[in-house]
Amino acid sequence: MSTAIKDTQQMIEEVLSAYPEKAKKDRAKHLAANDPTGQCSTCQVKSNVKSRPGVMTVRGCAYAGAKGVVWGPVKDQITVSHGPIGCGQYSWWARRNYYNGQTGVNTFGTMHITTDFQEKDIVYGGDKGLDAALHELKELFPLAKGIGILSECPVGLIGDDIEAVSKKVAKEFSIPIVPVRCEGFRGVSQSLGHHIANDTIKDYVLGKGKVEKSTAYDVALIGDYNIGGDAWASRKMLEEMGLRVIAQWTGDASVNELGIAHKAKLNLIHCYRSMNYICRHMEEEYGIPWVEFNFFGPTKIYQSIRKIASYFDDKIKENAEKVIEKYKPIMDAVIEQYMPRLEGKKVMLYVGGLRPRHTIGAYEDLGMEVVAAGYEFGHNDDYKRTYPEMKEGAVIMDDATLYELEEFTRRLKPDMVGSGIKEKYSYHKMGVPFRQMHSWDYSGPYHGFDGFPVFARDMDMTVNSPTWDLIRRKRN
Amino acid sequence: MRQIAVYGKGGIGKSTTTQNTVAGLSQAGYKCMIVGCDPKADATRLILHAKAQTTVMDLARERGTVEDLEVNEVLLTGFNNIRCAESGGPEPGVGCAGRGVITAINFLEENGAYDADTDFVFYDVLGDVVCGGFAMPMREGKAKEIYIVTSGEMMAMYAANNISRGILKYAHSGGVRLGGLICNSRKTDKEYELISELAKKLGTQLIHFVPRDNQVQRAELRRMTVIEYSPEHPQADEYRTLAKKIADNRDLVIPTPISMDELEQLLMDFGIMESEAAAA
Repeated sequence: MSTAIKDTQQMIEEVLSAYPEKAKKDRAKHLAANDPTGQCSTCQVKSNVKSRPGVMTVRGCAYAGAKGVVWGPVKDQITVSHGPIGCGQYSWWARRNYYNGQTGVNTFGTMHITTDFQEKDIVYGGDKGLDAALHELKELFPLAKGIGILSECPVGLIGDDIEAVSKKVAKEFSIPIVPVRCEGFRGVSQSLGHHIANDTIKDYVLGKGKVEKSTAYDVALIGDYNIGGDAWASRKMLEEMGLRVIAQWTGDASVNELGIAHKAKLNLIHCYRSMNYICRHMEEEYGIPWVEFNFFGPTKIYQSIRKIASYFDDKIKENAEKVIEKYKPIMDAVIEQYMPRLEGKKVMLYVGGLRPRHTIGAYEDLGMEVVAAGYEFGHNDDYKRTYPEMKEGAVIMDDATLYELEEFTRRLKPDMVGSGIKEKYSYHKMGVPFRQMHSWDYSGPYHGFDGFPVFARDMDMTVNSPTWDLIRRKRN
Repeated sequence: MRQIAVYGKGGIGKSTTTQNTVAGLSQAGYKCMIVGCDPKADATRLILHAKAQTTVMDLARERGTVEDLEVNEVLLTGFNNIRCAESGGPEPGVGCAGRGVITAINFLEENGAYDADTDFVFYDVLGDVVCGGFAMPMREGKAKEIYIVTSGEMMAMYAANNISRGILKYAHSGGVRLGGLICNSRKTDKEYELISELAKKLGTQLIHFVPRDNQVQRAELRRMTVIEYSPEHPQADEYRTLAKKIADNRDLVIPTPISMDELEQLLMDFGIMESEAAAA
């Protein structure tokens, strides 16, 4: 075991020492010093298990995963938060999934619909109200191509039969009405919500769409939620390569696109954590191969473009090289501009289930180093993909607590921290440069050639902003 | 004011026993009220001479919320000035009846349904303590006194034991106590001895053994309690006796529920097996 690993283990030990015995024992399994080779047996973290009560986890719930992540961005379907008002209100347009269309006419992304459960709906059941809501929606928004019913907790508690309502109304309207059993109390994090949502796409929509014609270059872009326009930046590159993107899931997606992805020749998966399920299904059911890619930062982009092209003929492979050739000077100029301001800066990341590993390359392109990374709801396969990306002795965290994040920050002294809205303000108070890496802090896109200059600018803005020095800090 | 809840296996005769007992209490001069905690809303039929009075939840559904109701809209007066309310709730298989009970009881309480000169409030609760809603009458210091209606039938005894477990759960936080078992006779073998023994095991008493009599059915058909329908009938006296025993009862305990094995052993000890052999 190297000294780098030993030092980090020692530091983790110190952080854990503040916990009571039981909590310490439990949390120790979720924190590790990285071993890129995967040989060190004590360097693997435990993941996807129930959070320890009292530690202030920042995880979300199954509803958050199904509504907020997977179904919410589908633009021409109406997403109904079925239950009391709060869940819908607080998840309203939180992820900035951009889309084209006339909101309120043929697209509904920024709108929020809820059945607004009252006491009487709990006692007498919400099915009749749901039926009425669906009919009102159809009348108000005749161009909606589908309606999703996203269950909040009470629906599961009282056992409403939303499947029966969906079936009946779907027959009347001749559009998919999708009951999603994503009650928040299910599972250990939002991760189960992704899975449930994937299953409902499979059961109610996939395979039912129409595609005019097929080509040998048809691909589907899976697991890109178009935050700040990410999917558009990715799509543009794929199209420049000569590929035809027949479906984008689910950022800027239409219901029809959800119905035709099985016609693709290759599924390209960006967010593995939230949509690997449907890719595996399409592989088994329709024999469609899928490939993971990473469009953050030029190094990973070049690798990914070549990897994707390798599934196609020489024409695409040649195109791939041409695309790289065309954009390389632009990327190099970005690096040239920002590297001097960012080189050697240390980054700590704590995000959902993909970005902590996916953005490492982009930071490295700018000369920065990711010294700690963790997932809110990653699984074992996510961590397996992460270890090789990080340096030996880097900190790996699973379902980290605010205390742990603060302590690691004090000890590692990163030049910036990338995490979410729940961590943001404590870092502001600590005077540590902070960037929201769920929503790109109201910026974006960060994907692709269009995204990298924005990414580089934003990181520079974060790390080198003079604002941080104006925050009065306790001297310690 | 004493708040009393009556529990017991479904169909055991809780509503009949409660209404007859309350009728007896009212004749003894006590001011009484019955709160039906069952979506079927049939806990006050014999007092009001009609079923399906306006229930708290049904009216709340009609108006929108429970805040839109006035307490006098759901509180009716029947035989001998006994006041009656029904929680109401959903049809079978939908919604959450337990939540309906919680909402209705809170509404009655907050809106002053229990005035100062009420002597007894009886909660007549559906079946077993299946969820938090049906435990509502014994939570938060509402009913401090529970009576369990049972018979010599195994499943009724099983339910009685289960309900005791529910009481035990709230005994320390809410201060609820078991007042006794009421045996509504089904004429099973050695029923009196059996239920007396069960009561002893649960740490309580068999407060009264109500014999089986078809007069109860005759009165029920006419939507009346036995006490109203045939005040001179011996069965009416049985209920008056039960009423007096409850009024005088000071023997309130924390129950000691027994295991399923012990319960089965009890049945063995009381010779159910032997009499089975004799019958064969």
